[in-house]
Amino acid sequence: MENSEIILSMKNIVKEYEMGEEVFRALDDVSLEVRRGEFLAVLGPSGSGKSTLMNIIGCLDTPTSGEYILNGELVADLDERQLAHIRNKEIGFIFQSFHLLQRQTAQENVELALIYANQDGRKMHQRSAELLTKVGLEDKIKSLPNQLSGGQQQRVAIARAIANNPTILLADEPTGALDQKTGAQVMQLFHELNEEGRTIIMITHDSKIASHAGRIVKILDGRISEGEIGDA
Amino acid sequence: MIGISVIRQSIKMALQNIKANKMRSFLTMLGIVIGVAAVIALMTIVQMVSESVMGQMSGLGAGTLTIATMQSPMKEGLSEKDIKTLDEIEGVDGVSPTLSFTSTSVYNGEVYDKTDVQGKTDLYFKHNEDIMGGGRGLNEMDMSGDVYVCVVDPQYVKTVLLGKQVIGNKILIGGYEYTIVGVRKTDESISSYMSDNSTHHGTVIIPYKNALSMSGKGFVDNAEVYIEEGHSVNDVEKALRQGLRNIYNGSEDFFYIINMESLMTMMASVQGMMGTLLGGIASISLVVGGIGIMNMMLTTVTERTKEIGLRKALGAEPFRIQAQFLIESVVLSVCGGIIGIILGLLIALIAAKLLQTDFSLSMTAILLGFGFSGGVGVIFGWMPAKRASELNPIDALRAD
Repeated sequence: MENSEIILSMKNIVKEYEMGEEVFRALDDVSLEVRRGEFLAVLGPSGSGKSTLMNIIGCLDTPTSGEYILNGELVADLDERQLAHIRNKEIGFIFQSFHLLQRQTAQENVELALIYANQDGRKMHQRSAELLTKVGLEDKIKSLPNQLSGGQQQRVAIARAIANNPTILLADEPTGALDQKTGAQVMQLFHELNEEGRTIIMITHDSKIASHAGRIVKILDGRISEGEIGDA
Repeated sequence: MIGISVIRQSIKMALQNIKANKMRSFLTMLGIVIGVAAVIALMTIVQMVSESVMGQMSGLGAGTLTIATMQSPMKEGLSEKDIKTLDEIEGVDGVSPTLSFTSTSVYNGEVYDKTDVQGKTDLYFKHNEDIMGGGRGLNEMDMSGDVYVCVVDPQYVKTVLLGKQVIGNKILIGGYEYTIVGVRKTDESISSYMSDNSTHHGTVIIPYKNALSMSGKGFVDNAEVYIEEGHSVNDVEKALRQGLRNIYNGSEDFFYIINMESLMTMMASVQGMMGTLLGGIASISLVVGGIGIMNMMLTTVTERTKEIGLRKALGAEPFRIQAQFLIESVVLSVCGGIIGIILGLLIALIAAKLLQTDFSLSMTAILLGFGFSGGVGVIFGWMPAKRASELNPIDALRAD
């Protein structure tokens, strides 16, 4: 792992928000490197800046200053359209509240990511069915989200996240809305995906969940430090 | 490129959203339905009515000038000699005098005292070949003065003959027995418009000379003037006016010339104006409908902020989001447009029944209905769609 290429590199990232007269610094000189195939947890309490970090990693937001290179591409001064392309190709989002479209079937939800990658119809159906089979939902392809349990819904979301083979799987409190047992199942799936060689960055406030990761960085007041689980 | 699958998915989702909010979608579409229906119905009705009026007018004779005279203290009408004078004017192919009066006809022992009797020459039938609905018109041999044949109109068939065998049947007019040889296609329009249809028994056309001797008048008050080919109607009208002025000692007060061609041109421009005016008024309701669409689309965008955020996170470019909502708004308004077109044509159909004119499907109106509703969808969906495309994905994902 030490020798695999660095696919994410952040140098001196600063993100500031103007709040009236004052300037609030959400990220303060953050530097971070992630190698291909890593399973990294970003651990921090709420308000620590971890959501801001996630937004910048996920190219939903751009830093005020600093350098961010993702898969060899400099993510700075990109316009909205280019950022959208990067999100589609390089990032697979997994959210705490799943974010599935309620009126669309599991398959159609997975296909959302493929549509924006300009896949054509038949290939798309085939790929989405494959992905759902991979996450163990081959018999739920035509189910609507409200016919699925929380764990199953998160699996649909994971299938959607890996649909375009992104460089990074970016998970934001992926087990936050699940009970312990289904949470553990989802973490098991994460391990399997990681073993396939997928890079995972997981943002969480829960040190127990973070302990699933191979490496943990802690974030507090907008600054990060490499750390052990114990001193969260 | 937006991509076919995005368009297909957008249309599917638009229909899903319409179905999911049935009441709201229905009320929103109602504005467009009413607007399009109004435009289509009004345009179709105006077109129908003017087509039928034009049809009747051209039945009265295009390429024909009609002279009508009023009684003056000096002169009661046009004499045989006057007609001959007019016939000699350059460009005149023939003059067909019409002598009309109300008389009594007898059929099967019943007396019908409100029968319009018209004396016409064979020239009239020669120049108006398409007025006959059955049998034959009057010809040159009927004009000798002692042939007793006649042509009746559908009104006469209806009120007097009561639908019995028409051709060959005999009626009494002015003491002579006339054999019916033909039926007009339509009622003699001018007289049937002018007189009260409920008491009017219909029109009988007899040979001109017979009418002349029957009336005892030595003059006629109406004549059709046929234009020779290669001569302009307007030039002949001028010459005719001069000729009539000579007959009336320089006065123009006791006659007028009806030029069907110029009347029809005028009608056409009036129809165009009417169409534009009514269409304009009806399009106001389309604007109101469009505002309804905009309102619903704005609500939809607000309700689906999270979905928009998600789509952006998954890599949808702003213009794709905009395209999606634009497609939704167009689908919504075109659905309304289709219902409106159907409704509008139904209204026009009912109006055609009530006005007793022929219903004609106007392709222009249908295309216009589609165009209008699609246009309204684009124009009024633009702003909400633009707003959706400009949402910040971070805020959108966080929205509840």
